[in-house]
Amino acid sequence: MNASPFATSARTATNRRVESVGKTVLAGVTALLILPLTAILGLLVIRGAPALSMEFLLEAPTAGMTAGGVFPAIVGTLWLVGVSLAVSAPVGIMAGIYLNEYAKANWLTRMVNLAIVNLAGVPSIVHALFGVGVFVLFLGLGTSILSASLTLAIMTLPVIIASTKEALAAVPMAFREACWTLGATRWQTIRHVVLPNSISGILTGVILQVSRAAGETAPIMFTGAAFYLPFLPQSVQDQCMALSMHLFTVSTQVPNVPEAIPYATALVLLSVVLLVNMFAIAFRTYLRRNRKW
Amino acid sequence: MEFAIKASGFSAIFFVFAIFFFVFSTASEFIFEKMDFVEFLTSPEWYPTSLSNKRYGTLALLAGTVSVTGLAMLIAVPLGLGSALFISEFTSGVVKEGLKITIELLAAIPSVVWGFIGLAVMNPLIIEVFDAPIGLNVLNGGIILGLMSVPIMTTIAEDALKAVPDSYREASLALGATRWQTAHKVLFPAARSGLLAAVLLGVGRAIGETMAVLMATGHAVQIPGSPLDSVRTLTATIAAELGETAAGSDHYQALFAVGVLLFLLTFGVNLAADLIVRGRSAR
Amino acid sequence: MMPIIPGKPRYLLCAALIVLAACSSSNSDRTVLQNKGSDTLVNVAQAWAENYSRVKPDVAVVVSGGGSGTGIAALINGKVDIANASREMKSEEHESMKKNGLKAAVQHTVARDAIVVFVHKNNPAAQLSIQQLACVYGEGGQCSTWTDLGIEVPGCAKQEIIRISRQSNSGTYVFFREALLGKTGDFKLGSRDMQGSKDVVDLVTHTPCAIGFSGMGYGNEKLKSVCVAANDGEACVTPTAETAASGAYPLARGLYMYTIGEAKGAAKDYLDWILSPAGQAIVAQSGFVPVN
Repeated sequence: MNASPFATSARTATNRRVESVGKTVLAGVTALLILPLTAILGLLVIRGAPALSMEFLLEAPTAGMTAGGVFPAIVGTLWLVGVSLAVSAPVGIMAGIYLNEYAKANWLTRMVNLAIVNLAGVPSIVHALFGVGVFVLFLGLGTSILSASLTLAIMTLPVIIASTKEALAAVPMAFREACWTLGATRWQTIRHVVLPNSISGILTGVILQVSRAAGETAPIMFTGAAFYLPFLPQSVQDQCMALSMHLFTVSTQVPNVPEAIPYATALVLLSVVLLVNMFAIAFRTYLRRNRKW
Repeated sequence: MEFAIKASGFSAIFFVFAIFFFVFSTASEFIFEKMDFVEFLTSPEWYPTSLSNKRYGTLALLAGTVSVTGLAMLIAVPLGLGSALFISEFTSGVVKEGLKITIELLAAIPSVVWGFIGLAVMNPLIIEVFDAPIGLNVLNGGIILGLMSVPIMTTIAEDALKAVPDSYREASLALGATRWQTAHKVLFPAARSGLLAAVLLGVGRAIGETMAVLMATGHAVQIPGSPLDSVRTLTATIAAELGETAAGSDHYQALFAVGVLLFLLTFGVNLAADLIVRGRSAR
Repeated sequence: MMPIIPGKPRYLLCAALIVLAACSSSNSDRTVLQNKGSDTLVNVAQAWAENYSRVKPDVAVVVSGGGSGTGIAALINGKVDIANASREMKSEEHESMKKNGLKAAVQHTVARDAIVVFVHKNNPAAQLSIQQLACVYGEGGQCSTWTDLGIEVPGCAKQEIIRISRQSNSGTYVFFREALLGKTGDFKLGSRDMQGSKDVVDLVTHTPCAIGFSGMGYGNEKLKSVCVAANDGEACVTPTAETAASGAYPLARGLYMYTIGEAKGAAKDYLDWILSPAGQAIVAQSGFVPVN
């Protein structure tokens, strides 16, 4: 360890002190990250609790949005999440399959991968510009659930592709080789061996995007979310309210709202997002434990 | 089926080009015919709705984005890299898993909730603590944006540290170095490019963030002189003004031009991060 | 052979198809009116829509805010049935409608309002003139501290005036700018341009240095509304229902709804109801002034 193996020199002592100080600082830094999560949750619960009730979840806003609940916003969020994933999940999963199972290592694949990285980095407000210009105006879909969902779909696409790729890559190569040796085609192998062994990992990636789509505001503000609707949306051509948008409007636009309402709205939104996430994480942990290879 | 799979694979490329092409083409008439390039980038005067003298200068908006992002990075880099180091090198088992899940949940908090916290909680707090005239400012936006960009940094940085072969650690520890010395002298240099990429991705995230800065920075077109000044960012400008403009008008096109600027900024940052990671794996 | 896969994609495709089928057959009996625009009016508009759904359950009014500019832009693009505005349409906007091949917009005055100038409740300012406001808000105006206006505000660091304004798409912003600075004037940069009137009111309530403005429906007892004089040295007028209706208050204005051509069918019924005693009662409840 040092010159005299059994005595502790001043240097080792210093090193040890540095080590413990360093470790404490790092632990403190990490604790600083847990703090906001708990503080935000705690604050929302404390300040939102007075407004929170079954009626809050199941009623429409009334009295100029100063009373009542958030039911239409919850329904609208479900619509947006459902329709956007109905589009992005199949496309994203197939793209992931292509990249992991078919694509050759050449410049084109490199371009596709680079495109995915950059698509993931495009600011949400630029997605909104695209959504307004292409879906709302150019394709004439108008401000509707469809326009908003398609905009959200493009946003969630790259992450679904990435998580699908990851899940597929976790399937050992030997599984495929065994299948090919038996004379199965590439597609047969994927369909009967690779996908059954990775579908749960793929699903986890999709579930995580549920919370992402539910939380986004900027892309839906101009493409489909309304301030107030007296009815629940019935088709993708209708507009809808959404939890995220509703939080924005009650906290910046509506006067004389009791203080608890925006907090309770934020709490509902955050709970939905965190519960979906925790579900996905628990699912993933369970799968990892049960993986046999 | 195989055709559909292939087509989907290329859809990502298609969308990236479609987004850029569309945003750029909508802005092109404005960029090439109506706009003074120098004014667009160097004038702080943003008067898109003036009746007498419309001016489209984005300098103040750029300054807003840069100042808020800069402050956010001052907070996020130590927090992100520090927590990545802690999680990767000093914890194991349940603690490690628990911390990683916490970080993941932190990443899941929607930006409009962060914005609401900035508006309803941080604003009065900053007025109180700093005796500032107003709490919606660079500081507020910076803190919030910092916390928002930590999770992505932690995740990527932790991956980068994990990618350093264990033999490096073992060799260092066997030579008598402490864990701290190992981290400082061996792991950081070895994972340098990955850590840099983590920081860049955090920067990209911060530049592109919209709702939180829209609600927390005070939305004032000015070049900030201190962290307690209000600013307006590029993203917030588009979010606030897009709904008001008639499609095809100068103002509409100008907002798309701001979108092009934003796209190029984030594209540059992400490309740099990607190249750094590629460079590392190629070596 | 196991037919499990691709279970999820197939599911989702099914969902997509159902959704698409639903959308092709969606035209139910309900009439939908798109109503969009002024942030000042949005809460009244919401209350109208909420109550009207009880009067005529088969008509649904979709309300979106975003500002007068937003509503008028949507009207010009032919995207709404009724646009709400807290200012009159500009001639260039009428031109754009003509260019898009639409009938001329028709204006309906649905309520009267006064733009109230707010300060923090500890601010001793009793009255301000239009010229003073122009000096505070206008481009080139030299008033940057409360001291410049001869006022000392307790609890305000450095006496700096924190100007709170609105988004440039807001009719309140455009009307206030024109009332202060004429058609060609511009505001000084650096004001906090808030998304909604509620933001303005909240911020002024919590900020000793602040000055802000909004429609009268947004005022409350936690902040102070200033008495405004049309000219330096003249007597000031307090914003009340009477002074707003009579136009004696210098910042009185109408609140409008615009339709493409004369209102017809469901839109006409809705506007008639809004102008009826039932509709106008909601205007008063919301803190604005009924017409007539």
